[in-house]
Amino acid sequence: MEREVITMKLARSHVLVCGGTGCTSSGSEKLLPEFDIQLEKAGIKNEVSVVKTGCFGLCALGPIVIVYPEGAFYSMVKIEDVKTIVTEHLLKGRIVKELLYDDSIDGAAIKPLKDVDFYKKQLRIALKNCGVIDPEEIDEYIAFDGYKALGRVLTEMEPKQVIDIIKQSKLRGRGGAGFPTAIKWEFAANQPEGKKYVCCNADEGDPGAFMDRSVLEGDPHSVIEAMAIAAYAIGSDEGYIYIRAEYPIAVRRLNIAIEQAKKYGLLGKNIFGTDFSFDLSLRLGAGAFVCGEETALITSIEGKRGEPRPRPPFPAVEGLWGKPTILNNVETYANIPQIILNGAEWFLGIGTEKSKGTKVFALGGKINNTGLVEVPMGTTLREIVEEIGGGIPNGKKFKAAQTGGPSGGCIPTELIDTPIDYDSLIEIGAMMGSGGLIVMDEDSCMVDIAKFFLKFTVDESCGKCVPCRIGTKRMLEILEKITSGKGTVEDIENLKKLAGSVKSSSLCGLGQTAPNPVLSTLKYFEDEYMAHVIEKRCPAGVCKDLLRYIIDKEKCKGCGICAKHCPVTAISGELKKPYEIDQQMCIKCGVCEIKCPFKAISRK
Amino acid sequence: MKSLAELEAIRDKTLSEINMRTDRQGGIRIVVGMATCGIAAGARPVLGAIIEEVSKRELKDVIVSQTGCIGVCRLEPIVEVYRPGEEKVTYVMMTPQKAVEMVTEHIVNNKPIKKYTIGEADK
Ligand SMILES: Cc1cc2nc3c(=O)[nH]c(=O)nc-3n(C[C@H](O)[C@H](O)[C@H](O)COP(=O)(O)O)c2cc1C
Ligand code: SF4
Repeated sequence: MEREVITMKLARSHVLVCGGTGCTSSGSEKLLPEFDIQLEKAGIKNEVSVVKTGCFGLCALGPIVIVYPEGAFYSMVKIEDVKTIVTEHLLKGRIVKELLYDDSIDGAAIKPLKDVDFYKKQLRIALKNCGVIDPEEIDEYIAFDGYKALGRVLTEMEPKQVIDIIKQSKLRGRGGAGFPTAIKWEFAANQPEGKKYVCCNADEGDPGAFMDRSVLEGDPHSVIEAMAIAAYAIGSDEGYIYIRAEYPIAVRRLNIAIEQAKKYGLLGKNIFGTDFSFDLSLRLGAGAFVCGEETALITSIEGKRGEPRPRPPFPAVEGLWGKPTILNNVETYANIPQIILNGAEWFLGIGTEKSKGTKVFALGGKINNTGLVEVPMGTTLREIVEEIGGGIPNGKKFKAAQTGGPSGGCIPTELIDTPIDYDSLIEIGAMMGSGGLIVMDEDSCMVDIAKFFLKFTVDESCGKCVPCRIGTKRMLEILEKITSGKGTVEDIENLKKLAGSVKSSSLCGLGQTAPNPVLSTLKYFEDEYMAHVIEKRCPAGVCKDLLRYIIDKEKCKGCGICAKHCPVTAISGELKKPYEIDQQMCIKCGVCEIKCPFKAISRK
Repeated sequence: MKSLAELEAIRDKTLSEINMRTDRQGGIRIVVGMATCGIAAGARPVLGAIIEEVSKRELKDVIVSQTGCIGVCRLEPIVEVYRPGEEKVTYVMMTPQKAVEMVTEHIVNNKPIKKYTIGEADK
């Protein structure tokens, strides 16, 4: 057969392999060399380009491979599938139906990605290039209009005009508090000329959150470009990205991106032939949650122990090394170039009255499509959970979702139609947070959830101030008392009081928000707390100390199998008559429930 | 980087290489039949020639792709051209030379080469 070498720059097919952290841990790294081998064997290596991209979002189905131009979406690709994709799809043009993601097929045809349920309601602005470009190739970023916003800003706009566009767009910070970005920039811009800094918060400490990591892994240049724009707007020439060392892929790609930008003269001196200069470096954090707080983060960049300090002075006035400093979240920055390119009007057209644009969420917990989603503000929780998230696994019922991680609160079933934006979340006692969205089903105990988050804040409290250091500890002790069956109604009252004082008297946001998970679960699930303290019962069957295994007298045939298997002989009875479990002796191992042939034993 | 024009040049060069990764509809699609029958009849060099020509001319919004058996194996190699809003044109018994000619005439000048199409070429 002919094997002539076809020399070309233009590959006829592009194989996009997800190189995000999610897919990497499910084995995507191994697929790349295998594609090379198989393409070589098939003699089509120089016609097909294999690209390692950032996250496609559907992490639950990783590793994911998308083949263009057809847009074939292969999920859970195993190393042995690579050969099939190469010989069938790439060589013969026959799409391998069996390997396609189920929902991407429509009869005989494959749907465009935008019609797949998971993507249908999404709108990708911050994640625009994620999973589309090779994050290690600056040219690919430039091809999709990268650095054009910076070019325009530097050559056609005054710093004040930049701030005006951002102000008109009503962009609010995506790192948690939702502070208007332009106001912060304006503060810093209005400080007297001199050294100023631009910083990026990539600490991402919420358990379960990985939005910022995905942006940095999939599209690092968007953040670099935005920081340069911010620097021009406030009159700064130096910036830092503070990122946790536990994000090795993101750190590596950022370093590559910074190098490439320098080589192209997009960082450094006289960018775009103007007299604007900007240098950028990374600072690695050790992964303490409190270092995500702005004053602690700045102190940590200075090389000191990351502890918060009182504000004012705000960083925009007195920040890094005492100089005016702006700090924004990764996702906030990722929106900036798009707003400059498309205009404030465009951005205003997306979202709700007071929350414009989109928000990225890391979907986790009891949900089918765990992964990364970006939706317009105002999308309801129901749309995210049922349509994009594909519902709850194993036919279970939705119980609540936690937003804002350890600083946030829960949204119960009754409020599942709440449009998600900054203000409606605050109204119902939750908060936007940085974008962690953890779904809980009927098997989750809300007291246990509150305990989980509080345990996290107790561990992460820096200890500088008393209300947080000691107050959260006392709250945790009360929760432990409740979940172990020793709680009283009075404990719940004390918990509420304590929560109020920790909230109002802590120094930084960590302590001020730490009681939120407790308060919001108390607000919506007080009956569950009451069941724990009054009936000594955990309705969801989670709190081990409160579990009771009960034999249903109607169903029990008196076979005695349970008694035989109980390791502590807590079960007794007479053959052919209903048996009974001695609750004092029972160690809640659950063996009897498994062994009973008549399903007469259940957990209550 | 000294100017927006310099940036634009990098953009244009790379965009034609990676443009196919967007779900955008609207461009021209050139599809080559690449099942066993097509490959045996010489579809691979035809495909190669098309890609090379498209790349040489830096044509944007043109996607070259492949498909399985189109169904009339005796007329392979077969190439189909889809232009938005127009009926598809099917070329049969293609060679690399004819393919290059097709790109120039049909894709660039928008004049399909009738004598190579199905119903004409196989008379
Ligand atoms: C305990 C604590 C942890 C925080 N962690 C983060 C974080 O990981 N990432 C982040 O962007 N902001 C975090 N913040 C918010 C920052 O202090 C700051 O408000 C934010 O980075 C500002 O950027 P933005 O206006 O773009 O949202 C945290 C705040 C507190 C109190
Ligand atoms: S509130 Fe907690 S984390 Fe914040 S300064 Fe006080 S002790 Fe440290």
